[in-house]
Amino acid sequence: MAEKKSKETATPVTDEMLNVTVASDVVPTDEKVGEIKQENIVADVVTEPTLVTEALTDTSVLSKGVMKERDISSITRMQKVGKITIKTIIYIFLIAVAISVLFPFYWMIISSLKTYDEYALTGEFASRATPTFFPTTIMWSNYAQAFDTANLGTLFVNTVFVGIVSTVLSLIITVLAAFAFSRLQFRGKNALFAALLATMMIPGELFTITNFGTVTNYFKWGNTYTALIVPFLVSVFYIYLLRQNFMQIPDELYYAAKVDGTSDLKYLWKVMIPLALPTIISITILKMMGSWNSYIWPRLVADDEVHQLITNGLRGTSFYVYLADGTIDADKINYPVQMAAVTLVSIPLFVVFIFLRKYIMKGVSRSGIKG
Amino acid sequence: MVDDKKQWKAWLYLSPVIILTLIFTVWPIINTLRIAFLDDYTLLEEVGGVKFSFGVQNFVKVVKYPGFKTCLLNTILLTVITVPISTMLALIIAVCLNSIKALNRLLQTIYFLPYVTNTIAIGLVFSTMFSMVGSGIGGENPIISTAGIINNIIEFFGGKAVNWVNMGSSYWANMFVMIVYIVWNALPFKILILLGGLQSVNKQYYEAAKVDGTSRFRTFWRITVPMLSPMLAYVIITGFIGGFKEYSSVVGVFGENMGPPGSENALNTMVGFINTNLMSGKPAEGRASAGALILFVIIFAVTMLNMYVSKKRVHY
Repeated sequence: MAEKKSKETATPVTDEMLNVTVASDVVPTDEKVGEIKQENIVADVVTEPTLVTEALTDTSVLSKGVMKERDISSITRMQKVGKITIKTIIYIFLIAVAISVLFPFYWMIISSLKTYDEYALTGEFASRATPTFFPTTIMWSNYAQAFDTANLGTLFVNTVFVGIVSTVLSLIITVLAAFAFSRLQFRGKNALFAALLATMMIPGELFTITNFGTVTNYFKWGNTYTALIVPFLVSVFYIYLLRQNFMQIPDELYYAAKVDGTSDLKYLWKVMIPLALPTIISITILKMMGSWNSYIWPRLVADDEVHQLITNGLRGTSFYVYLADGTIDADKINYPVQMAAVTLVSIPLFVVFIFLRKYIMKGVSRSGIKG
Repeated sequence: MVDDKKQWKAWLYLSPVIILTLIFTVWPIINTLRIAFLDDYTLLEEVGGVKFSFGVQNFVKVVKYPGFKTCLLNTILLTVITVPISTMLALIIAVCLNSIKALNRLLQTIYFLPYVTNTIAIGLVFSTMFSMVGSGIGGENPIISTAGIINNIIEFFGGKAVNWVNMGSSYWANMFVMIVYIVWNALPFKILILLGGLQSVNKQYYEAAKVDGTSRFRTFWRITVPMLSPMLAYVIITGFIGGFKEYSSVVGVFGENMGPPGSENALNTMVGFINTNLMSGKPAEGRASAGALILFVIIFAVTMLNMYVSKKRVHY
């Protein structure tokens, strides 16, 4: 009740009050002070400043009643200063975080381009106490050496091959299953779907042990691409994601297609897949990223030179410093070359990210799993 | 609706999923339970015709094994330290990021970058940044020519250089590096989820708070945090699950020795324990299975506890 009443009394004067605030933003002159003093009466009448305060930015001071133009302007100025200070602090903080996020990448790249002496501050750089923040001589040859030493060519080919094959097969399986779960009717559908979802709760490490035995001893797939691909073709989460997407497609489209005599598979290919394309792209990228980053399983089942994947090859390689006579200095790890290898491994992911940022972020925010 | 032709088709479409799930998911669950309770089980001996008796030998061995306690302790420490830090940091960053307009897109992209990296590869970068560099590092009397960039930065601000990851480095120095790396790695996902949550919060709540003259701090605790509680619960639960499965980040920084030279396995984790048992010269699937079951029980219990707490705390 009280609120309503104050609103009624306040309404006619709000426009005037607005004028006051507008005026107060400007540097005060004597004339205006006079005007304000007249308006003070109005301010006194409005004791419950519901609407008035919405018009004015500050509440607490006004509610105390009488106030002078000078106060208002100094308060708004203080508020402005406060706002700017807070904004500045926020920006400084966010930029500091951004720098600490980017620093490892920066360090990786500049280190990869230095000579060993410049990196380790030996030889001609021995007099320096701190490392250089930009290489004095740019050593592109580090990349060539990294490529050769870590056998990156083979590793890239292997990883891309395994990634593409497993993504394509996995997509086919996922699309078919999602179609069955979303569009077709069959006995035990819900029970089967619930059972599949339940398996998502169990950590993957539990499967690794038995699968290792199954793959190497029963299927004899040790050191084959098959071992790297087949065990991970089914992802319940992707089926779930795509099923949700398929269910949003209206039934009418399906019935219309049926009337026209379109087969299920054609309908799936011509209608459902195009409509669910964003989800399918997200799944593809996440699956590819997964192969690029997988470590434990490839390490277990296919760790020979022919089938090794990128992560295993990278961690297993030692980068040495070559002495003038061509022999290896086993005491020193050639960090610049190591960093060059790391950069080479990271670049494809960055390129994919730059071009498909939207799909990756959307996919990740829905899945919450890395790979 | 249900006609027989359709039934047959549905099962055909589902057959790859069903077959693969039976082989690579259902059977492993049963088998892991089985071999965990077979005394001193190894697959090689079973193939060779050896019969095993049921018992809890594997569990006894795992728990008695001196390395196991280290693994368990490391895993728990890494989880309980990194999850709160990364969640708090992500929350603050998300709130700040949500309050600005300029640079918003660019900063969002930058913050997400660590997610699209290879954990092992960037682990090597962190290891290099914290490493002392010189001749014979890893030997008895290393000749250090530079303290490494992180130490240079510390010295620049007047601190003292620390041996972070090289031979003879202390446990807590190693731990610190791991915590920094894991938090750095965990932030992108958490920021993404929390920012998404913030953007869906109704602006009217904030306007109402402004009218009432509520302080920023109070607005944060009374509006932002409760409105974000479902997302917070989500990132905390997934954070705990991920934390208990920590492995490849340690491999990235320290290599498969799971510790600095001279103190191997000092930073080994539960998953590391399982994998070491599988990879070492003599396979010990029984112990690995027992370890995996223990890990599963821990994760399950912690998740249930998290859910219980969040049910009480999560609004709407």
